[in-house]
Parts: sequence; structure tokens; C-alpha cells
Amino acid sequence: MSTTSNILVVGIGGQGVMTATEILAEAAIALGHDAKKTEVAGMAQRGGVVSSHLRFGPKVQSPQIAPGEADVLLAFEAAEALRWRHMLRPGAIALANNSRLVPPVVELGLFDYPEDPIAAIRAAGTDVVAFDATSIALELGEIRLGNTVMLGAIADHLPFPADDLLACVLRRFQRKGEKLVELNRRAFEAGRAAVSDAASAA
Amino acid sequence: MAAVMPAPAASRLFLSGNEAVARAVWEAGTRVAAAYPGTPATEMLEVLSTYPDIYAEWSVNEKVSLEVAIGAAYAGSRAFCCMKHVGMNVASDALMTLTLTGVVGGLVIAIADDVGLSSSQNEQDSRFWGRFAHVPVFEPADSQEAYAMTLAAYELSEQFQVPVILRMTTRINHVKGLVVVGERASRAGAGFKKDPARFVMVPGNAGRRIPLMFKRDGELRSAAEQSPLNYIVAGSDRRVGFITSGPAFEHVREAFPEAPVLKLGFSCPLPFDKCRELAALVEQVVVVEEVEPLVETELKARGIAVVGKEILPLQGELSPNVLKPAIARLLGEPVPDIPPAPAKVFPRPPTMCVACPHLGVYYTLSQVRNLNISGDIGCYTLGAGHPWQAMDTCVSMGASMGIALGMDKGRGESDKDKRIVAVIGDSTFLHMGMQGLLDMVYNKANVTVLLLDNRAVGMTGGQDNPGNGRDIYGEDAPRVDFAKLCAALGVKQERIHTVNPYELPVLFKTVRDEVKVPDVSVIITDQPCVLIKDYHKLKPYEVHDDKCTGCGNCLDVGCPAIHVTRRGKQTKASGREVDLAFVRIESSVCTGCGLCLQPCAPDAIQHYVPVSPIKLMTKGGCAV
Ligand SMILES: Cc1ncc(C[n+]2csc(CCOP(=O)(O)OP(=O)(O)O)c2C)c(N)n1
Repeated sequence: MSTTSNILVVGIGGQGVMTATEILAEAAIALGHDAKKTEVAGMAQRGGVVSSHLRFGPKVQSPQIAPGEADVLLAFEAAEALRWRHMLRPGAIALANNSRLVPPVVELGLFDYPEDPIAAIRAAGTDVVAFDATSIALELGEIRLGNTVMLGAIADHLPFPADDLLACVLRRFQRKGEKLVELNRRAFEAGRAAVSDAASAA
Repeated sequence: MAAVMPAPAASRLFLSGNEAVARAVWEAGTRVAAAYPGTPATEMLEVLSTYPDIYAEWSVNEKVSLEVAIGAAYAGSRAFCCMKHVGMNVASDALMTLTLTGVVGGLVIAIADDVGLSSSQNEQDSRFWGRFAHVPVFEPADSQEAYAMTLAAYELSEQFQVPVILRMTTRINHVKGLVVVGERASRAGAGFKKDPARFVMVPGNAGRRIPLMFKRDGELRSAAEQSPLNYIVAGSDRRVGFITSGPAFEHVREAFPEAPVLKLGFSCPLPFDKCRELAALVEQVVVVEEVEPLVETELKARGIAVVGKEILPLQGELSPNVLKPAIARLLGEPVPDIPPAPAKVFPRPPTMCVACPHLGVYYTLSQVRNLNISGDIGCYTLGAGHPWQAMDTCVSMGASMGIALGMDKGRGESDKDKRIVAVIGDSTFLHMGMQGLLDMVYNKANVTVLLLDNRAVGMTGGQDNPGNGRDIYGEDAPRVDFAKLCAALGVKQERIHTVNPYELPVLFKTVRDEVKVPDVSVIITDQPCVLIKDYHKLKPYEVHDDKCTGCGNCLDVGCPAIHVTRRGKQTKASGREVDLAFVRIESSVCTGCGLCLQPCAPDAIQHYVPVSPIKLMTKGGCAV
């Protein structure tokens, strides 16, 4: 019934979660949608949890996605995917980078890191595609490409064509030279492929 | 920040509430803008500093920033000032008399309430200031409104010669939405015209201004009744009508699209007739407001029947999924399904940065026994957490000084032999701490002050301040000399020490010696915040696994670059069993501060030698 799309992007302060959501918003706006983007970031700059909400459609009212109403979850870290799984509507999919970032409270032995967050998401009945964005970025020779890999990963799970998102991503790098544009194009396609490969293997 | 070309008029931009306000302040022809940083308000001034033809400044505290804006408004220029909610507690002394003099040039004060406490010490409701100070309050609900209301606020401010409060919340300041922007109107300052009866608030003059303020209240209420910022959205479901403002309006519209709604944009003074108009349309009225029942209480006092905080929370953000069940219960309808519960996952509290100079301070404080530590607000408040647990109080900016003095003078039997330490950051010290230090000196306290000079307002993103000798534009500015400042306040020269917080033995000895001296001592740490350009990275370290004994001493430093690889147990000669934690350093993020190797007995931590680029990559855990 609702014509508003709800995209939830999560991770840890400093991972580029907000930038990724910003680019998704740009793509939606370029296609003529109204859009609102909001973060629950707190003091995220210092290693805290970040969840970035993007809502777009003909007219967006509340900027926040209610629990159980996200259409897709893009997680930059495995345990964060598990933390935010409940935000998905029934039947919606989680796309998760399966790298693990262990916080000091776990190192100090005060809390445990879940043994297999991806399996826990599945056990809770949510479809999840996990991939290693970190390694993909490093194989392309630059850890900072991870953000573009993540955007590629979500590209086929949006209500608009992947190429519209790709165009927005590449526009950001245009001024920095053809080489960087090309690298990001490859990172984007690698992210896309990682998700479709993992999904068809599952 | 360097000036940039502002986007042309009629552009449709994706702006946060803060960016939208900044744009409107600039378009309004404002000539002076001042603020002290504070989440979620900080970006308004940061953005304004990138616009041409406007003077922007970081002031040392909110009271000074408001006074700067008042001066400019007296001189006939449009002026702007912004702050986080608690900032107005500091600035309110000026506000409460400013309301009597009024302004000449328009003055808008944006106050950002941190509803939901994403990064604040309390959750106060700034709409009270409008009532307390008899000034109008505007409440935007999204970025477009934040922009439009800022422009409207300048018009109202000049029409009634009154400062206008723009009440924002985190959910406005930091939410991005589409805004269509306009042209800048250039406005010259009218010039200051001497008028002692108006601008010199001695009792006689002030007494004559008070009736004018009350008269203005009535006129402003009529203006609110007429204002297009207060409007009724028609709706076919007349069982409940809503009176709401700010982000709560969006939540109401989302949750109850068919209900009649009175949207308050110009919410103080409250337009009672408009409220009655809505009440006449519906069976019952619910007031939906964040945080306090302000509108609700005023309406009830006027005999207008409404429901409010009886069914809605007094704390935190409202949202459609808070509103829907509350209204269902009110109507005796089945309550919608409770949303799914989140999985139990470890918390991720904010951490200090890798190589933060505060790490050395808290490691040291955690190793000295018998201290009561009066803390303050900034990144260093994280010292209250693990692993240091070396801060015992935190109340308001600068409070570490007075509270330490009070703890000293008010000692009980149990803390007769305790040493009192106060910990304060450079920006906090200049904001409100200096006066407390003077009070300690004057009243002969027995307190050791740690003044953490990292040359930045670290907590809010590393803004410049008088402690680092740069202004808001990044240009050179006179730099405060903290040692001289403390001496000028009366701290004895021999009780002032400047130490490098990365040299643990020196810091430890200085702290241990000074806490024994029954006098006011100040220990200044002098290394820059790792987020600012004054910081220089050094060669990273790594752990030699064959040498690591698992003692875990390095973990007590609390650097987030140190990770446990495996745990174990060991039985000591005494028969006592101890836990072991073997570690590695994430060399790709280590910047070589050298803190962790100082407590490492077996010398297991040494400079990192890259084997091949691949090794660094597969060490894993890198942020994507
Ligand atoms: C009255 C008030 N204004 C602003 C803030 C926001 N704020 C919290 S701490 C802080 C300053 C921190 O700077 P500093 O004391 O230098 O410590 P650092 O974070 O650099 O360690 C600010 C601006 C606040 N909490 N209260």
C-alpha cells in the first residue's frame, strides 16, 4: 500500500555509512522522488553504532523507518546486520559485509561477539546475503573502494535500475580522474556480482 | 573554512536542517553570526563560515556568542546565534534582559534540543525559554521549513523588535530533505543609535520596559493567531484531532493521514483561538509534543479539554510506532502488533580514538589509588568507562572545578584521606572552567587539576578555539598560554606543570607528587587531538606473538587498535589463577603513539615491519 521505499544502511562510525546513504538519496532524488535521510549516530565518530535511514517516494513525512518496515538492509559489518535485522519487513532481505569489527568492550571480556551473526540472522527467518566487501576492495587494490562495493551490492535490490545508482556513484569521482572512475565502476560491478553469486549459491 | 560559491537561487538542494538554516541566515542579509559548538547545532556556524559577506565566529561560550549577536543587532545589523539546548542555560542571563531592550536589527537564536539524548547530558525543552523570556518561538518540522521559518523569523524579529527563538531538535538539525533556496538580500547595518532608556538596563529603565514586554506579548499572540505558520490540515476522521509541532507533526501525519491536525509553527505565544478552532472540528484533541507537556498545560489552564502526556511518553523522541498504540488504546481499539524485538548484540559505546592523548591521562589516573575524580564534558568523559573507570562525576561544562572544591570542603569521614582531582579539557576550561579555578585558588582548595590541552574542541569534531590559535576560518589567531593563564589566576608557579601525556612515567610521577600537596595544582597535558592537522602520525607498532605473555597490561591503556587474539589461564606460584589475554595490534590503524609498549614487561611490542602488502591486508578487521 505504501509507496515510500525504506532503505536502512548500518555500520560503525567511520565506515562511510552516511556517505553511502547520501549517494542512494542522490540517486532517488535524480529520479524525481522526494527523499529524507536521517541518522541515529550519537557519538558515532568514536566507534559507535550508526544506522542511516533513507525514505523516498512521492512525498515523505516521518524520516524514520519504523521497526519491521525496512525494504532492504545494507550492513557494513556482520554483527551490525544482526543488530538491525528486526527492522526489516517480513520477507525483506539483508545484504551484509561479513567482516567483523570487534569493539574494546569485547576485547576486555565484558561482552561476547556473536559466533556467527549471519547464521543467527538466517535462524531468525530472514533472508541474508553475505559477502566480503573488504577483500573485494583490497583485491581491486584500495580499501576505500569498499564503500562503492557496498553500493554495488544493493544496486539490484532497489526500486530503480542499478545503472541510475552507478551514474550517481561515478559522478562523485569525475573530477578526480578517469582512473578513479574506472576503479569505482569495477568496485560497483564486483559488489553487484558478489551479491548475485552468493544469492544463487545459497 | 574557506568561502565557497553558494548554490544559485532556485536550486533544489538536499540539505540538513542545519544547512537549511545557515542558507536562510545568509540570504536574510545577516551580517554577524556567533556560536560555541555543541551537538546537534554545530554545523550551522560551520556552514555559515563558508559563505561570503558575513562575519562568523566561534565564541568561547554561548553567553558570549549571544552577547556578540546582541551587539550586532543593537548596531542595526541582522544577527544570528545558535547553540545546543544546554547552551541557553549559559546564555540565558543575557536573554532574560535582552527581552526588555529588544533589538534593532533582526536577531534569530536557533536552539537545538537533543531529544533522545544522542550526545548530551540532559534532555531539556527549550520551548520554555519563549515563555520565560516572553519571546516568540518558531518550530520547523523539516529542512524546507527550517529554511522558510528562519527567513520569517527575521521579518517578525524586526517587526516587533524582539529576538526570535528557532526551536530545533536533533531530528531537524541532522535530517536531510529537499529545500528550494533563494537569493541573498544585502542589508547594511542601520548603525547604533544611543538610547539609554532602552539600552541601559538599570532598575528604573528596566521597570519602564516591562509593561512594553507584556503589551508585546498580546500583540505577538495576535500575530500567532494570524500566522500562516499555524494552520489546520483538514481530515475526514474526526474522532481525534491533533495539535502538534516540530518533527512530531510528520509522525502524526504518517500515523494518522485522515485525522485533522493543527500544525503549530509559531508556537509561542500559543494561538488559543486556533486551538479552539481545531477542537470544534473533532470529538477529542490530543496534543503531541516533544518533550514536556507545555502546550497541553497551557490549553488545560485555558479550559480547553485535551489529552497529552497521560497517554504519551515524557521522555525521548516520538514516532509513528509510539503514537499508533497510544491512540488505539485511547479509542478502545485493538492495539497494533508490537514490532519485532531486536536481537541481543553487545553494545558499542563510543571509544577514544587510536593514540588519543587522553589515553595516557586515564591510564595514569586508573593506576593511582585513593582518588575522587571530578570530571567534565568532552571526549575525556569517556574516561568514566572501561577500562579506566577514572571519572566519578560529570554534570555541566566547567563544573569539574566547583564540584572538586565542594568535594574538598565537604569531605565526609570516609573520604578524609582521599585526594581530589579535577579533569577538564582546554575548550571546557575556557568556556566555564577558568572561573571555577579562580574560585579554588581564592578559597584555598586542596585539588589537583588536570587540564587536557589537545588544542581542539574534540568532542564536537575538532573545531578551532582560542587554545589552538586558529579562528573559524582556519586563520591565525592569538593563542592562549594556559600555564600563564593559570598563574594569572593565582596558581603558584611551582604548582603548574606542563607534561607530555605520552610519557607515562613522567605523568604518573607528576600526578602522584601533586595530589600529596595540599594546594591547588594544575597539570597541563600538551599533545594535540589526533583528528586535527597539528597531529603527526608516527611509525606503527606490532606485537611479537612469541614474546607476548598474555598479561593484558597493554589493554589497560584502552587503545582501540589493540585486539585480543586468544585467552588463557595461568596458575601463579602463589596458587592464584589469573586470566591471560594475548593480543595483536591492528598495525594499519596504529599511529605509533607508543603508550601500549610502556606497561609491556616482555618487550613484545615493536615497530611494525611490513612483510608484503598482502600481510597488512589479511590482518583483517579493516574498516570498509
Ligand atoms: C553548555 C554546553 N555547550 C556545549 C556542549 C557541547 N560540548 C560538549 S563537550 C564540549 C567541548 C569539548 O572540548 P574540550 O573541553 O576541549 O575536550 P575534548 O573533547 O577536546 O577532549 C562541547 C562543546 C555542552 N555539553 N554544554
